[in-house]
Amino acid sequence: MANANPERVIVDGEIVANIWTRFDAEQLEADGLPDKGAVIVPLAYWKAHRDALLERADPVGVCLEPGEEPADLADDLPRLPLVAVHFPAFKDGRGYSYARELRTRYRFEGEVRAVGDVLQDQLFYLHRVGFNAFEVRADRDIEEALENGLRPFTITYQGDVHDPRPIYQRRPA
Amino acid sequence: MYVYQDYDQRLLEERVAQYRDQTRRYLAGQLSEDEFLALRLQNGLYIQRYAPMLRISVPYGMLSSAQLRTLGAITREYDKGFAHVSTRQNIQLNWPQVEEVPDILAELAKVQMHAIQTSGNCIRNITTDEYAGVNPGEVEDPRPWCEIIRQWSTFNPEFAYLPRKFKIAVNAVPDADPAVIGVHDIGVQVVHGADGETAFQVWAGGGLGRTPMTGALIGELVPWRDLLAYLEAILRVYNKYGNRDNKYKARIKILVKALGPDRFRELVEAEFAELKGGSMTLTEEEVARIRECFTRPDYRDGQDSGVLDKALEEHRAFNRWYHTNTRPHKQDGYRAVTVSLKKTGRIPGDISDEQFEKLADLADQYSFGEVRNTHQQNMVLADVAKDDLFVVWEELDALGFATPNLGLLTDIVACPGGDLCALANAKSVPIAEGIQRRFDDIDYVHDLGPLDINISGCMNACGHHHIGHIGILGVDKKGKEFYQITLGGRGDKISRIGEKMGPSFESHEVTDVIEKIINTYVDRRLENEPFIDTYERIGMDPFKESVYG
Repeated sequence: MANANPERVIVDGEIVANIWTRFDAEQLEADGLPDKGAVIVPLAYWKAHRDALLERADPVGVCLEPGEEPADLADDLPRLPLVAVHFPAFKDGRGYSYARELRTRYRFEGEVRAVGDVLQDQLFYLHRVGFNAFEVRADRDIEEALENGLRPFTITYQGDVHDPRPIYQRRPA
Repeated sequence: MYVYQDYDQRLLEERVAQYRDQTRRYLAGQLSEDEFLALRLQNGLYIQRYAPMLRISVPYGMLSSAQLRTLGAITREYDKGFAHVSTRQNIQLNWPQVEEVPDILAELAKVQMHAIQTSGNCIRNITTDEYAGVNPGEVEDPRPWCEIIRQWSTFNPEFAYLPRKFKIAVNAVPDADPAVIGVHDIGVQVVHGADGETAFQVWAGGGLGRTPMTGALIGELVPWRDLLAYLEAILRVYNKYGNRDNKYKARIKILVKALGPDRFRELVEAEFAELKGGSMTLTEEEVARIRECFTRPDYRDGQDSGVLDKALEEHRAFNRWYHTNTRPHKQDGYRAVTVSLKKTGRIPGDISDEQFEKLADLADQYSFGEVRNTHQQNMVLADVAKDDLFVVWEELDALGFATPNLGLLTDIVACPGGDLCALANAKSVPIAEGIQRRFDDIDYVHDLGPLDINISGCMNACGHHHIGHIGILGVDKKGKEFYQITLGGRGDKISRIGEKMGPSFESHEVTDVIEKIINTYVDRRLENEPFIDTYERIGMDPFKESVYG
């Protein structure tokens, strides 16, 4: 099935036009990769065409499926502007650990984008573990998701990728 | 008890607002059943056979008298006047309306209560010994560690969508396992190292349910500063590698078993190596602050002036209750009293609105305003002066709370079963009642000695049947309710999974079968030998013969 690439996405707390086009393996097999435009490709495709993709003038990002960890991409991370993490179902929480590892273990500073079954009620946690971009599912209101999903809590007990300190270290003494 | 800070309170209020909005969107058709399911479960709301069930969190079982009064009022206003103590020290309501749950949460939040993570595939309530803090056997009070783990796990963003539910228990008693840590996803044993510093043995991969097993020792001696980093390492390994294709193979126990404890430990150690020494490292100041929250009650001297000895001599019934339902205490002049919720004819673990309120009064008057829930579905007044015991007994007796059967045959643990729960294959409450009625001679029950009977209405094992000396599991056979019996399980000093006897029985046969098992024990026991020891000495065969022979 072709990816539904949304026109608008949330990036760094704002709704912006989506400049990226994500391709799955089937599409790439059928039509190949376009020469122009920012693209997101599957990990296997990246590995198979790595050298050519690094030569490409327009940006290339890589999408991780559940079961494909950041470790599989570790050496290439410094050269990637974007890593997407696919949630086939919002209840599959592996991607939360992947984002966390991208940010804290590999110090990845590019865009980390949640794609797939991405919904308002998960945005807060997704943001805390390191996602800064969200393709909200097409049948949902992206404005409402941004308005109500990103900051339901002002209090957090644990540290996160934005501030690793637990609450007792953040409190004024 | 842990004293909530302003931020704990604010977090709860924000949670009520969030959940109210989620409920509104669900009722307005903006959230699908499946999407709301995950959200309501993380808030303890199941849709049951007749009505939803709301599980209210009681961290490590501790309740204040103010909380008891709120529970009483909620039980009266939003339910049918009864609540239920669960085997993980929580409180369950069986008849709330979906629309009213946000209002219930708002009432709960006023007394620092909530239903956060009492269900769903996330880290659940942290449980511990119900006598924590007063148990003379413990190396130290485990509750500060429970609270530290509670804060780390509450709304932890990385571990809200785990492969399956995740249960952590903490024990600080060296030679017993009152929190049954052996059958938890993670069991934390508090120990003191050679240097006298607190450290933890961390067990992983225990669990009941469909594939019961005891945990493996993963962290042999984790320094106290590293507790959270170590737990986080285990959770990350589980979140990444736990099975997500089949919910029956999704608990961490299956992962630990599939990888083997050694390989699992390697993965955990690799994660831990990165986390160790980082921002999760606990500080002396913070641990001291949390410890101070568990204030030592203002015990008084001279609380054993002779009143108790006189009453023990004069009142046989009191004497019996004293020996079964009260326990030694760290503090001279005090005892810990177990309030029995196992009166025959009542659902095990049930408590009424009025009983909540009366118990709150008793707690205020006689036990420093605190009560605990036990994993055996009873409650505890942990700090009763010896001079007050007789009066407390009279008061409890008047409330139906003084059945002198703690740890005995009629102190049955049972899930709500098919009468209420949509998951159940069979009823459990009438089975418990049938057994209690058959064994209605309290002298005989005392003569039989310590005996755990646990009943679960289905494989999910909420009644912990695998660790009952006698376990009873409801199964469905072609639409009919049958019961499978196991013997030899235990969850006391060690955790052991019981062994199946043989073919299952129809409901009307169960009481007779239990009686035959008990008769075999009585025939074969040595002097003062408890049931479980006799079973371990003579094995399954004599029992099997008496039942099937």
